[in-house]
Amino acid sequence: MGKTIAEKILSNHSGKDAFAGDIVIADIDFCMGQDGTSGIAIDSFNKMQAKSVFESQKIAMILDHSCPSPNEGVSAIHKKIREFAHKFKINLYDIGCGVCHQLVPEQGYVVPGNLVIGADSHTCTYGAINAFSTGVGSTDFAAAMISGKLWFKVPETMKITYKGDFAKGVYSKDLMLYTIGKIKADGATYMAMEFYGKVIENMSVDARFTISNMAIEAGGKAGLMEADKKTLDWVKKHSKLKPNPQTADKDAKYAKTLEFDVSKISPQIAKPHAVDNVAPIEEVAGTPVQQGFIGTCTNGRMEDFEIAAKILKGKKVKDGCRLVLAPASKTIFLELMKSGIAETLINAGGVFVTPGCGPCVGTHNGVPSDGENVISTANRNFLGRMGNRKAFIYLGSPATVAASVIEGKITDPRKHS
Amino acid sequence: MIAKGQVHKFGDDINTDYIISGQIKFKVQDPYELAKYVMGDIAPGFYKKVKKGDFLVAGRNFGCGSSREQAPIAIKYAGISIVIAKSFARIFYRNCFNLGLPAIELDTDGIDNGDELEVDLDNGTVKNITKGTESKFSPIPQTMQTLLADGGLVEHFKKHGGFKL
Ligand code: SF4
Repeated sequence: MGKTIAEKILSNHSGKDAFAGDIVIADIDFCMGQDGTSGIAIDSFNKMQAKSVFESQKIAMILDHSCPSPNEGVSAIHKKIREFAHKFKINLYDIGCGVCHQLVPEQGYVVPGNLVIGADSHTCTYGAINAFSTGVGSTDFAAAMISGKLWFKVPETMKITYKGDFAKGVYSKDLMLYTIGKIKADGATYMAMEFYGKVIENMSVDARFTISNMAIEAGGKAGLMEADKKTLDWVKKHSKLKPNPQTADKDAKYAKTLEFDVSKISPQIAKPHAVDNVAPIEEVAGTPVQQGFIGTCTNGRMEDFEIAAKILKGKKVKDGCRLVLAPASKTIFLELMKSGIAETLINAGGVFVTPGCGPCVGTHNGVPSDGENVISTANRNFLGRMGNRKAFIYLGSPATVAASVIEGKITDPRKHS
Repeated sequence: MIAKGQVHKFGDDINTDYIISGQIKFKVQDPYELAKYVMGDIAPGFYKKVKKGDFLVAGRNFGCGSSREQAPIAIKYAGISIVIAKSFARIFYRNCFNLGLPAIELDTDGIDNGDELEVDLDNGTVKNITKGTESKFSPIPQTMQTLLADGGLVEHFKKHGGFKL
């Protein structure tokens, strides 16, 4: 019987001929935690009375969610993580290195065919380079650090094929918001997703990460794409590891097969307070915004800032509005400086914060005031997400955020290109 | 195991940010202290209403969003004995069993806030004492039953030195 990408990767790593529904114990290629989850993982590790890690080079801890530390509580967690990383000689990415989901692929820890777990829900991001990667909790991360293994229920797969080309002003973020709006926040719960279509093939690897990153917003366990030449070139540039690309068999069994024609979609917006509360920009345009945010593991990459800079070049962020920028990694930040994009964005009125999660999760660096509207490139707009439950978060593409801060209201990016 | 208690009812798509906010998860380390903030953003004062052994009952997709284990920890240490929902987001579901907190899937439409329930985990039944009804839930998979029996993943590892599922 044919297999999906998820079934193949989980079979390869468990030594079992595994199909959806089977429970396997599989060897993992890499595991990581961030500063919000690693503290509890260390506690669990200690409670499990472990004396060593399975392989120090296959583990990373990344201080990204709340960095530099805004208060003594976070400082204590950071200290604990640094000490643990030092003691067991695991990879530590200290404040300012970047967001975990940018660093793991960028630093070459993951290649096609790998099985990766991370104590962060957006670990599904690396599906874009054909790795089965998924988010787990802290205690699972501890178990993986000790044993190099984790149990998995082999997921069923939802196959999504996109037909047609994007219209002008439409990007991968719009595509994923559109998809989540259609299948809803639990549309892919327990399932792996596989993405196909010409728009995906035409996209850069950066743009593909945006899609796989948000698989979790539909409940997906993984957001998988095939590895094509673009993927393999990208991976070769970043990693010395040997890729083992996996494709789905023709006769693989899917739980659901969906097709969307994308040629007519407009830029999309997720309205407060749910990611699946999606509307085409025409319905939301004109809503006043007091803050824009470009960054996060969804849209904090080079291409995202390039798109924003094109729109903001020679323009100004509207009076009464702010623009916060958080590059997803230090490497990206340096590229932004070298290319002049940072200068363009700062001249337009943008404010750079430390590479990392920035204000995404609301611990610091741009908490909105009561009653304010934010237009953001992040992946979540839950009530209180950015640290104030009386604020309203709208999600869109970097182009939409750039156009919106120029006008101080949600604006169709096609007006500014 | 048979558990008895009162229902605290929530709706669909309750995410882990709502269960415990990002700010609090960084501020508070002690699980009992953390529990005081559970559901703080959407149901202020919730913690005070929970009596030890009570049930948290919800709609679809409970625990969606972030992977934070602080969410099920806060629920557990607030005194909730079992979480019951129409469906769960998978990371939250895993985290519950890793902590030794049972999570069961059941159509929760007929259960209201304040109802008195009796849950039999071994036989897979939920008796609604207030309403005089009884329903069966889909059995908890063997892997999770083993984790529950051991008292969670930490205890499982202590006992076996690795996975023995
Ligand atoms: S950028 Fe936001 S969504 Fe991504 S890992 Fe950081 S907090 Fe999570």
